[in-house]
Amino acid sequence: MTTLQPPVAAGPRPAPPPAGRDRRSWTGWGFIGPFVAVFALVFLAPIAYSLHLSLFRDQLIGGTTFVGFDNYRQALQDDRFWAALGRVSLFLCVQVPIMLGIALLVALALDSGRLYGKNFFRVSIFLPYAVPAVVATLMWSFLYGTRFGLVGDLNDAFGLSLPDPLSPGLVLASIGNIVTWEFVGYNMLIFYSALRVIPNSLYEAAEIDGAGQIRVITAVKLPAIRGALVIATIFSVIGSFQLFNEPSVMQKLAPNAITTDYTPNFYTYSLSFSGQQHNYSATVAIVMGLITMVIAYVVQLRGMRKGA
Amino acid sequence: MTSTVTPAGSAAASSPSSGSAVRLRTPRRRHSPGRPRHSVLLTVLTGLVLLYSLVPLVWLAISATKTQEGLSRSFGLWFDGDFALWDNIAETFTYDDGVFTRWLLNTLLYVVAGAGGATFLAVLGGYALAKFDFPGRRAVFAVVIGAVAVPGTALAVPTFLMFSNMGLTNTPWAVIIPSLISPFGLYLMWVFAGEAIPAELMEAARIDGAGEVRTFFQVALPLLAPGIVTVSLFTMVATWNNYFLPLIMIKDPDWYPLTLGLNSWNAQAETAGGQPMFHLVVTGSLITIVPLIAAFLLLQKYWQSGLAAGSVKE
Repeated sequence: MTTLQPPVAAGPRPAPPPAGRDRRSWTGWGFIGPFVAVFALVFLAPIAYSLHLSLFRDQLIGGTTFVGFDNYRQALQDDRFWAALGRVSLFLCVQVPIMLGIALLVALALDSGRLYGKNFFRVSIFLPYAVPAVVATLMWSFLYGTRFGLVGDLNDAFGLSLPDPLSPGLVLASIGNIVTWEFVGYNMLIFYSALRVIPNSLYEAAEIDGAGQIRVITAVKLPAIRGALVIATIFSVIGSFQLFNEPSVMQKLAPNAITTDYTPNFYTYSLSFSGQQHNYSATVAIVMGLITMVIAYVVQLRGMRKGA
Repeated sequence: MTSTVTPAGSAAASSPSSGSAVRLRTPRRRHSPGRPRHSVLLTVLTGLVLLYSLVPLVWLAISATKTQEGLSRSFGLWFDGDFALWDNIAETFTYDDGVFTRWLLNTLLYVVAGAGGATFLAVLGGYALAKFDFPGRRAVFAVVIGAVAVPGTALAVPTFLMFSNMGLTNTPWAVIIPSLISPFGLYLMWVFAGEAIPAELMEAARIDGAGEVRTFFQVALPLLAPGIVTVSLFTMVATWNNYFLPLIMIKDPDWYPLTLGLNSWNAQAETAGGQPMFHLVVTGSLITIVPLIAAFLLLQKYWQSGLAAGSVKE
């Protein structure tokens, strides 16, 4: 699957040491070197450049000038930014618990061994993950639509007047539904994989203690997969704050409901590529990156501490 | 040798990989009093999630068989009188001088070079982190894990400006190079390599006089196979589904991947007085997802054991 090329060879190797893996040498760099080099180019350099950009401002008169932290001051007072941040925060608080809750319940159901056709469930529920966000959004937009979508069909068939999922009041929930659809299976699989490797001895101990099903779940299974729960939560938090593809694709359909500053990422994108405000855009992106990291870190701390 | 491939041991090995839908749980896995009985209620409840997952895909597959008129005329979840799937597929590939074919080839290029390269780098790096103690090892790991929390889109603007200065925007390189890094892939390979390659085996190879390169390719690589399949599938999905990166990097429709192309078709159809081509958007969407779904289904035995190993250490 991978293209086989000789890895960057490390220098001459010292004589065979007694205990192989723990000897300290530069050999490992021969293997990780390529990763680190590309990583520096596509992660570290842009971050550094971004920090640099955020300290300058492009003016019509006078060209690029150093403005210190002015851009940051502007960002902190920017109502459009805060509105966007509020929107993704609301999204995070509602969508992520629903998605992870469903994923966890399905994973527990699969792991319980009580389902008929377990493998069919596991694979089918995972499949939406393989669907690109763009295709998922196009597909759901058709389903939401009244023209040839299911909402229109249902209205016609049953004489209903279901609310328009693309109206300003509902569009955030509609996006939440798309994201949930895309990632329930993925998270379910993460949880399920973690459940599968719980040592049997824990179940035996619980059995000896006379624990019932529910008790086994709360006392054995959930604590054992806490790491997976925390990781999934962190990825979901990051994902919510980065929300872009779905609103961007849906914008054509619901231009009144989805503005170009709908999410922080959408806002930085618009600032940079429609507004040519590269410096300010970089600043907003940095602020957003910092907020994301702080929250991800807090989730991690809390998650690891709980019951430990 | 192959029996040691699955580090998760009996747990992952007992995870049935055959396609048989109904199968009783292997008793050695769980020691509950008596084997758990299959529950109709639980199956029905989980079935609701199953329906939720599959109905939109079924809708897409059915809709791809309809003409533009059929789409609006018929009920979404049932077939229209005309079965136009083959016509739609032919039209999708030939519309506008076969631009869809071009997008498909572009996507393949991005996947082979980007996801292939990302997997290769992750395998090398994960192997290094798991099996060697080298100066700066902890720092490398901390920086890479920290980078996961940096929103990819926060990097977009500076990366675009950098690449623009280097003259790389609007070329395939602008999509391929950033795709080469997969922190998740590195993490997964690190955990996997730690479990899958016994230090004694590497030592034996060295004593037999194998160099590091040879030890890697002949001893480590075969043992890493399930991990490699897992990482390559996930990097493949990430590259195949990528939208944001090409959106900012590529202006020339000749270099669009499928995602960007489909979105441009949809925009074209949505505009007032636009071309009636929703049937092409729908059929193109179906063609876009089929290869990935096929890859996941065909390789599930491998990637699921790879993923299970990845969760051991959390």
